[in-house]
Amino acid sequence: MPGKLKVKICAGRHLPVMDRASDLTDAFVEVKFSNTTFKTEVYPKSLNPQWNSEWFKFEVDDEDLQDEPLQITVLDHDTYSANDAIGKVYIDIDPLLCSEAATVICGWFPIYDTIHGIRGEINVSVKVDLFNDLNRFRQSSCGVKFFCSTSIPKCYKAVVVHGFVEELVVNEDPEYQWIDRIRTPRASNEARQRLISLMSGELQRKIGLKVLEMGGNAVVGYLQCFDLEGESGLVVRAIGTACTLDKISNTSAAQLPACNSPSKEIKESPPVHPTSHGCRSTHNSPIHTASGSRLTQSFSVSVPTLIYTGMGSGGSAGKDGGHLKTLLRQQTQSALEQREFPFFTLTSFPLGFLIHAGGVVSARSVKLLDRIHNPDEPETRDAWWEEIRQEIKSHAKALGCHAVVGYSESTSICEEVCILSASGTAAVLNPKFLQDGCLDCYSENRLEDTSPPSCGFCHIPYDELNMPFPAHLTYCCNCRRQKVPDVLFTTIDLPIEAAVTGKGCLIQARLCRLKKKAQGEANATAISNLLPFMEYELHTQLMNKLKLRGMNALFGLRIQISVGENMLVGLASATGVYLTALPAPGGIQIAGKTPSDIAYEQHISNIQKKINDTISRNKELYEIHPLEISEEVIGSPIPEPRQRSRLLRSHSESSDEVSELDLSHGKKDAFVLEIDDADAVEDILSLLTDAPLPTGFYSCNTENMPGIHNWTSSIQMFTTVRVFRLNNVNVTNQGLNKCFNDLCENLLKSLYFKLRSMIPCCICHLNFTVAVPEDELIQVAATAVAMTFDKDQSQEILKSNTAPMKAISENEEQLQFPMELSSDSPSVQTFPPSKGTGLLENASPQTIQGTSRATSVDYSSFADRCNSWIELIKLKAQTIRRGSIKTTPSLDKASPLAEGHLRLRSTPSCTDSTVTVVKMTPLSFIPGAKIIKYLGIINMFFIRETTSLREEGGVSGFLHTFIAEVFAMVRAHVAALGGNAVISYIMKECVFMENSNKNQAQCLINVSGDAVILIRESEQEGVPIQTHGSTNQTPQSGGAPVS
Amino acid sequence: MYTRTAFLNKRKCVGKEFDVKPEIFFLLPFDSKSGRSWDSNEVKMSVELDVFVGNTTIMDEEVYQLWLDGYTVNDAVSIRMKSGILEQFGTTEDVLESDTMDHYRTFQMTERLLHHPSKLVNQVLFQIPPHRQAMLIERYYAFDEAFVREVLGKKLSKGTKKDLDDVSAKTGITLKSCRRQFDNFKRVFKVVEEMKGPLVENVQCNFLLSDKLARDYAAIVFFANSRFETGKKKLQYLTFEDFAFCACQLIQNWTVGAVDNMVEDMDVDLDKEFLQDLKDLKILITDKDMLDQHKSLVCTGLRGKIQVFNEMEGNFKNLSRGLINIAAKLTNTKDVRDFFIDLVEKVIEPCKADRWLISDVRAFLTQYTNSARALDGFKHQAVWERYMCVIKSCILKMYHD
Repeated sequence: MPGKLKVKICAGRHLPVMDRASDLTDAFVEVKFSNTTFKTEVYPKSLNPQWNSEWFKFEVDDEDLQDEPLQITVLDHDTYSANDAIGKVYIDIDPLLCSEAATVICGWFPIYDTIHGIRGEINVSVKVDLFNDLNRFRQSSCGVKFFCSTSIPKCYKAVVVHGFVEELVVNEDPEYQWIDRIRTPRASNEARQRLISLMSGELQRKIGLKVLEMGGNAVVGYLQCFDLEGESGLVVRAIGTACTLDKISNTSAAQLPACNSPSKEIKESPPVHPTSHGCRSTHNSPIHTASGSRLTQSFSVSVPTLIYTGMGSGGSAGKDGGHLKTLLRQQTQSALEQREFPFFTLTSFPLGFLIHAGGVVSARSVKLLDRIHNPDEPETRDAWWEEIRQEIKSHAKALGCHAVVGYSESTSICEEVCILSASGTAAVLNPKFLQDGCLDCYSENRLEDTSPPSCGFCHIPYDELNMPFPAHLTYCCNCRRQKVPDVLFTTIDLPIEAAVTGKGCLIQARLCRLKKKAQGEANATAISNLLPFMEYELHTQLMNKLKLRGMNALFGLRIQISVGENMLVGLASATGVYLTALPAPGGIQIAGKTPSDIAYEQHISNIQKKINDTISRNKELYEIHPLEISEEVIGSPIPEPRQRSRLLRSHSESSDEVSELDLSHGKKDAFVLEIDDADAVEDILSLLTDAPLPTGFYSCNTENMPGIHNWTSSIQMFTTVRVFRLNNVNVTNQGLNKCFNDLCENLLKSLYFKLRSMIPCCICHLNFTVAVPEDELIQVAATAVAMTFDKDQSQEILKSNTAPMKAISENEEQLQFPMELSSDSPSVQTFPPSKGTGLLENASPQTIQGTSRATSVDYSSFADRCNSWIELIKLKAQTIRRGSIKTTPSLDKASPLAEGHLRLRSTPSCTDSTVTVVKMTPLSFIPGAKIIKYLGIINMFFIRETTSLREEGGVSGFLHTFIAEVFAMVRAHVAALGGNAVISYIMKECVFMENSNKNQAQCLINVSGDAVILIRESEQEGVPIQTHGSTNQTPQSGGAPVS
Repeated sequence: MYTRTAFLNKRKCVGKEFDVKPEIFFLLPFDSKSGRSWDSNEVKMSVELDVFVGNTTIMDEEVYQLWLDGYTVNDAVSIRMKSGILEQFGTTEDVLESDTMDHYRTFQMTERLLHHPSKLVNQVLFQIPPHRQAMLIERYYAFDEAFVREVLGKKLSKGTKKDLDDVSAKTGITLKSCRRQFDNFKRVFKVVEEMKGPLVENVQCNFLLSDKLARDYAAIVFFANSRFETGKKKLQYLTFEDFAFCACQLIQNWTVGAVDNMVEDMDVDLDKEFLQDLKDLKILITDKDMLDQHKSLVCTGLRGKIQVFNEMEGNFKNLSRGLINIAAKLTNTKDVRDFFIDLVEKVIEPCKADRWLISDVRAFLTQYTNSARALDGFKHQAVWERYMCVIKSCILKMYHD
């Protein structure tokens, strides 16, 4: 009995009228946890009852504490008939189980009914007394922190990044149980809500156990999804990255010398954190013995998958490219090989963590769903995922990479067919983070890469001579020392230290493919036959659109393929960017097939002209002027090309020389599109139909918008959902494509129009989710945030180039890092001391950093010493600087709640509102504000149903209300935890079904995010270098006053 | 077999749902099946569902006004298009329609909260910054001059509401807007009718309105309660502002609240005792001596000071009789209703006929009031002052073309 849960029901307000005779309600409350129920007194004849109950105490196991939600039911007392339920509140008490999260949950919760929506609010207080459990074989994992955000949370530093954790639980869907035939829709919905809540709790507990087993204390990038498999059951699955996090405490750091100062945390908006070394590697993922026999029972088709490297030509990965691995790679490999799946759900990393990004790897497989016979043994589903992950792993290997970052998994289900997808970015990670190292041994990293961080990740991880696919390699335009591909596709966020030219933009590839209606295996085969073509086409589209914008890299690539009964819909979104390190993209050349026809020639050249115009217009729009900028970058004092060890690479030098001549921009081979039939013309024309962004707008689907740093504090998070009906059944692929393209474009246009009052602004994290809910329906949903920025500053920064500013921030970042380096052994070659001093004289932070980070295998022990000396000097400089910045450590004093109220009072308000303003964003930060505490994960699942669809305003009215209600409930829960913002908010699921003839509709929504306490940045001292400005503070804390 | 469409068919309503009140927010069938549609090559596509929900609720003031004015979505779209918004932001009609629809939905959802503005402040469904809340409330409770002139002083009953289509036709204000304004009047009336304390403050506290608007509502409530006649042809030239001013004067001086500020209905009902006392003023016209004396005092005082001296002298007795008779009849509810008609017929019209300037009227009324004090045997000074100060300011306010 290791825990005592205490609940107090204080009051209710705005209750609905339940007794029509008196126009009042006789309300009372049932509080249920696990199998224990308490009741309050009936508070007669009031719509604002004051129960003021005693503290109800539940004595429970911590296993239950983790799994079970607290269930509060508000009822109307009826003397003669059964009591009527007004609605329910489910409270996830998980945040209370972690000492660093919330300590009490207290506030007004909306009372929710699955049929009527929100019906008043109830004021509840919840506390938990936990007793220490010394049982080693415990089933609970209290205390493991969960974060949805895919970067290391702001007020923590990662000590160890352990790796991939996953879990999956299955159950029967209550909606499909026999009992559903005799119970009310309300009872059925509630059973479902409760079950998913329970399963989520169980899942989280199990994942927590795995994390503890690995020696970690947190899960970052936690992504939980559920698959409604209908008759065959309900699957709740989750993946995440296990880490050991240390809280950066503000007070202690102020006293401590330099190395652990958190002041940089205040300054950095993008999540870059000094981290981690070695790792205690146990099993990252449990060994699920995938029994082959089971697997054969169900039909399964594995789809040959493309590896996106940006090389234009896809094709299944061939040989293992790692014959000629560098020493470095061998080392890391060994560190990672102990892991079953070296996957990381993180999309942005501590500086130095990511060495090379190889390209996107993805795998899909089509499965036929079968009833889950034994929910306790979810082996089939586990085996399916295992299979996919293995595939991903081998793809990564083929790219010469030993790890996969930015990893995610998804499903699309239609009837009994299910497409499982996984994707990520093959990467080489810094061995330092992966070796078994102990914190005490202060040591130099012996296996550093030789490349500066602004371009290092672009350098190819695979061997040039043994490339897994045909690719065009050149020397890096930034450091000119290593090879880079001409195009780079990744699923991660743009590393903050990356050198970028101009601004980024959202690039979408859209595709619809018709499919014959079929059943069972035939259907699955048809789908799996279609998939490779879709992937290929999406890839071609992405590539064309990228070139059309004059860019050379994609970040945050998400490819979603949804299956419907008669069509497949593919949507790829990514943020295009011009990486300074990569060569300038060539244009697009149109080539006709029949040169004889003059009219045709004319036509071709017209198209060509249009394309060229578009490219140059886009370059202007995104401020891509690589020549000047690259000059600046290159002009900055870059250390002379060092005597790189050519031991391993020398044989490829000759070819390198040739490509080096090719470096001049614009002379690159153009991407040739051959027009050989009407289809191709159509495709090319569709390229040009993407409406240009309205002035003042930018958009991206990643955390950071490349090229914009000076955010102002005004934000507007929104969710938009559209469902389209295709009226004509006899459609061609092309018509369908055009339609789908139009509807996406239209949706974007609508967003731009709606948010016009925020100009200049950027719509960030704009990820579309497509679904095919019915035969002729396509559903598109998106949750994103619009953030304003300071236009003038952005131009200024652009002119002066981002390099100096960025360098400084990098430098700050680095601070913690050298202290924790673990130097193992001195290396081979010598390093002329004069160079060290020369570098110091140059004093450009970037240079210093470049060198210090560039300690490579070839350096002598002297170099090592030299480097550590440089670092020491840097450290000292940093200390001094910091000393002058930090005056008083008065950061944590103001309670954000009190502050929130204060703010409310100061604004001209008619009455003091009791509702706390809660900001929401899908990003992991809020500009102009600092996260001072993480309160726990918010993971909520709601069902809403109506039998009076018309009266509630039709489908749109129904869904509009429901989404607003979901927002309201999320805000209320966050406020009750003492928070004032939700970050990394996503709507993971939005399943909408309707039957207009019956006047009925049902919708399921699943959302998650991290509840946090924010304080405004302007309220703290010491914000000298800012990547995102906090000018224009508005008095409202509740996001932008948008009209 | 899992079929998503099948799910709803499966649903049988077993067991009685205990829906108490179907909460119907939507009066407009704007979300009809015939949504927007467009042709794209051979494929026809229509928007089945289209929503946009912001964490901070986005509300466009311009669209809000169109909604308040009772325009349908289609009308609103065409009005917005005429404003050149399409060209300004380089967008299409589809987008505008979708945007308008979203706003209309939001407004309709907020409407029931706007009925109880204190609820809007404490509701959780929409996150709206306080100054936007104030704007929403203020605009929702704002009314049209033309409309209020039609309804002012009428009983706020179902009967009146039924006649709103006539009002709509007459004023050119949409029926929907008329209904909203009428319901606002009625709602405010119902809430403050029986409340203790000053009327304006009550309105302000319960509906969170600005000072100006709260005063106007106090006037509307006051007029509705006493059912003052304002619709007669002779009164047509008067604006709502004139009446609001008069109402304010009446509330401040003639109601129970003027003497005791903690009784129920203090600002709504006229002070019965005072009305009774007004009968005593009849002596000013019934006593021949006193009437003559009064006249001579006024004439002395005004000689050479007003342009229409002769007309005044000739008409004095009629004017005085008119003024005093109004006072004496106020005990009858029916005559209270005719208060403004009487003022116009008995005082304002005769003066206008003789081309009195407003300064003449002012001088006369001042002299007329003051002279009564000097009359021998006139003992009702307090009542006289209380009566005349209101009469004077009302007449002066109403004395225009």
